[in-house]
Amino acid sequence: MLYFLTELKEGLAISFRAIRANKMRSVLTTLGIIIGIVSVTLMATAIEGVNRAFEKSAEAFGTDVLYIQKFPWVSNDDWSTIRNRRMLEVSFAARIERQSMFSAAVAPVVGTARRVTYINNSMEGAFISGTTSQYLATAGVTLGDGRFFTADEAAGGRPVCVVGATVVENLFPRGDPIGKTIRVAGYPYTIIGTMEKQGGLFGSFTADTRVFVPLYSFQNQFGGRRDVTIQVKVADLKQLDDAKLELEGIMRSLRGLTPGKANDFNINQQEILTQTFAPISLVIASIGLFITGLSLFVGGIGIMNIMFVSVTERTREIGIRKAIGAKRRTILIQFLSEAAALCLIGGIIGLAIAFPLSLIVDKFLPTAMPLSVVFISIAISLVVGLISGFLPAYRAAKMDPVEALRYE
Amino acid sequence: MENIIEFKNIVKTYDMGGAEQVMALQGVSVNIAKNEYVAIMGPSGSGKSTLMNIIGCLDTPTSGQYLFNGLNVSEMNDNELAKIRNREIGFVFQTFNLLARSDSLHNVELPLIYAGVPSAERKRRATETLQHVQLGDRIHHKPNELSGGQRQRVAVARALVTNPSIILADEPTGNLDSKTGEEIMMLFEELHRQGNTIILVTHEPDIAEHAHRTIRLRDGHIESDEPVTRRRTYTAAKAS
Repeated sequence: MLYFLTELKEGLAISFRAIRANKMRSVLTTLGIIIGIVSVTLMATAIEGVNRAFEKSAEAFGTDVLYIQKFPWVSNDDWSTIRNRRMLEVSFAARIERQSMFSAAVAPVVGTARRVTYINNSMEGAFISGTTSQYLATAGVTLGDGRFFTADEAAGGRPVCVVGATVVENLFPRGDPIGKTIRVAGYPYTIIGTMEKQGGLFGSFTADTRVFVPLYSFQNQFGGRRDVTIQVKVADLKQLDDAKLELEGIMRSLRGLTPGKANDFNINQQEILTQTFAPISLVIASIGLFITGLSLFVGGIGIMNIMFVSVTERTREIGIRKAIGAKRRTILIQFLSEAAALCLIGGIIGLAIAFPLSLIVDKFLPTAMPLSVVFISIAISLVVGLISGFLPAYRAAKMDPVEALRYE
Repeated sequence: MENIIEFKNIVKTYDMGGAEQVMALQGVSVNIAKNEYVAIMGPSGSGKSTLMNIIGCLDTPTSGQYLFNGLNVSEMNDNELAKIRNREIGFVFQTFNLLARSDSLHNVELPLIYAGVPSAERKRRATETLQHVQLGDRIHHKPNELSGGQRQRVAVARALVTNPSIILADEPTGNLDSKTGEEIMMLFEELHRQGNTIILVTHEPDIAEHAHRTIRLRDGHIESDEPVTRRRTYTAAKAS
C-alpha cells in the first residue's frame, strides 16, 4: 500500500513535470474537458433553475388549496366537450363556506388584465383580482408590507388595493407605495398593502403582477358576469381527498347535476401541476445532459489522442524507466495519473469558468450551481481522465524495454 | 569462486515475419563469477547486444537456462524481471539515457523510487553516490547542463545507487572523446577494485583491454573466452 502511494506520488510528480513541459499542448488538450465541464455544469444549473422555478411557482398555489374552476389545468379531454361549460358564480363561495366541513377558508376570485398607472408610471396587463378578505388564507402568498383588506372593506366595495411586487417595481421605482393612490383602468385605488415577491414561471398566476381589490369594487367597475375561481383552503392536508369529494358533492348540488351527469367543473390542485411537470423535467434533463455530455466525451477523446502522442514521444523514457526497474503497473500509473491530472485541471478550470456564468443564469432563473454538481463534475473529469488515459497507458506499460530503448 | 551469471546453452531467435527466423544466439554457455571484470566483444551482428539484453534481464532467452545468483531468470515474468533489473543490475548506456527533464539527484534517485525506498533515505543515498563519482557539486543540474563525461558519471551513479550485483555497461565510452572516455574507464576500474562485478560490452579493443577477461562473440557463438594478458590499467597510463 505504502509502495503504491509512493508510485502514485512519483506518477503525479512526473505528470506535472510533463504537463509543465508542454504547456501549450496541455492547455489545448484540456480545453476540450474545460468546455465539456462548463457545458455540463451550466446545463445542470439551468435544469436545477427550471425545477426550482417550477417548484416555487407551484408552491404559490399551495399544497392544501383546492381550486374550483370551470376548466381543468391539465386535460386530455376534447376541448369541445368542455368549452360550453357554465361559468361559476360568486355566490357559490358563500354556500361552500357554509356547507363544507373540511375547509378552513373559501375565497372567490375574479380577474381581468388591465392597465394600472401612478402619476407618470404605468404598467400594462396587470392582473386585477377581485376577491374577499379570506383570499390571503387560501393562497400560498404572504403579505409584505401593510395589510390585506378587511371583510367590511371587501363587502363595502372600498377603493383600496393590495399590490404584487412587480406592480410596485413598475409604478414605484423608488419604493414606498403604501398610502399612494393608483389608477386601475382609470379608477382610483389606495394601496393598503403589498405582497412579497414570488418569482416563478407562471406569469399572471403569481401574485407579483396582481392588484387585489375588494370583490364588490371589482364587480362595480368591471361587471358581475365573470367567471369565478373559488379557492378553498383545506383545514387538514391529510383530508385533502375527503375535502375534494365533499366539494364535488356541494358543487354538483349547486349546479343541480342529476346522478349520472358528468361534472361541469373541475377541482384543480397543485399536485396536478407537479405530476405533469415531473416527467417533462426528466426528459429535458436527460436530453440536456446527454447533449452536453457529448462535448465532454469529445474532450475525453482529445485527452486519449494526446496521451497516445505523449506515450510515443516518451518511448525511450519508458524504456529507461523499465530498464532501471519500473514495473508495468508503475508505468501504467504514471500515464494514468497524467491523463487524470490533465482532466482534473480541466475540470477545475471548467468549474471556475462555469461558476460566474451560473450567476448570470441566476438572473433569469432562480438557481445556484448545486454543490452536488461541483463534486460530480470533478469526479466525472477524473473518471474521463482515467478512461481515456487507460489505452495509452496500457500501451506504454506493456512496451518491450529492449524495443523502447532502441527507439529514436 | 561463486558464479553470479550462469548461461547454459542459451538460444535466442527472432521472428522476422513469416517463417523467417534469425538465430541471434546459437547455444551460448558461459559463467561469470563475482568481482570479475569482463569485456564482451564482437562485430555488429555477432549477438553481443542480444547477449547483453539477456544478461541484463531486459529480454528472455528462447531456450536454455540462465541462472542469476542461482535464480532461474529464464522463467521469470515481467514484474520479477523488473525487480531483478532494479535491485541486481546497474545499467550504463552508450547514450547515457538520463531523464532530460530531471536533475542529477532525481535521475540517481529513480531506481530507489522503484525499489520503494523512503524519500529521505533516497535523497541521502543518491547524494552520497553522486559525491562518490565526484559530482557532489552538480546535484541539481539537469543533463543538458552537464558535459558528456559528467552525464555518464550521473548514469554510473544511477547504476551504483542500489548496490547491484553487476554493472552492465554498453559501449560506455562510445559517445565520449578519448580523454573523457578514459576518465570513465578509470571510474570503472575503481569500482571494480571496490568489489563490483563489471560486464562491459564494446567493440573497441582499447576499451576491452581494461577488463580482466574478454569474451568474443561471432555469429551467435562464443569465438574465444580468455583472460586479458596485456591489461591496460588507468594507473599505468597515468604513470607513462
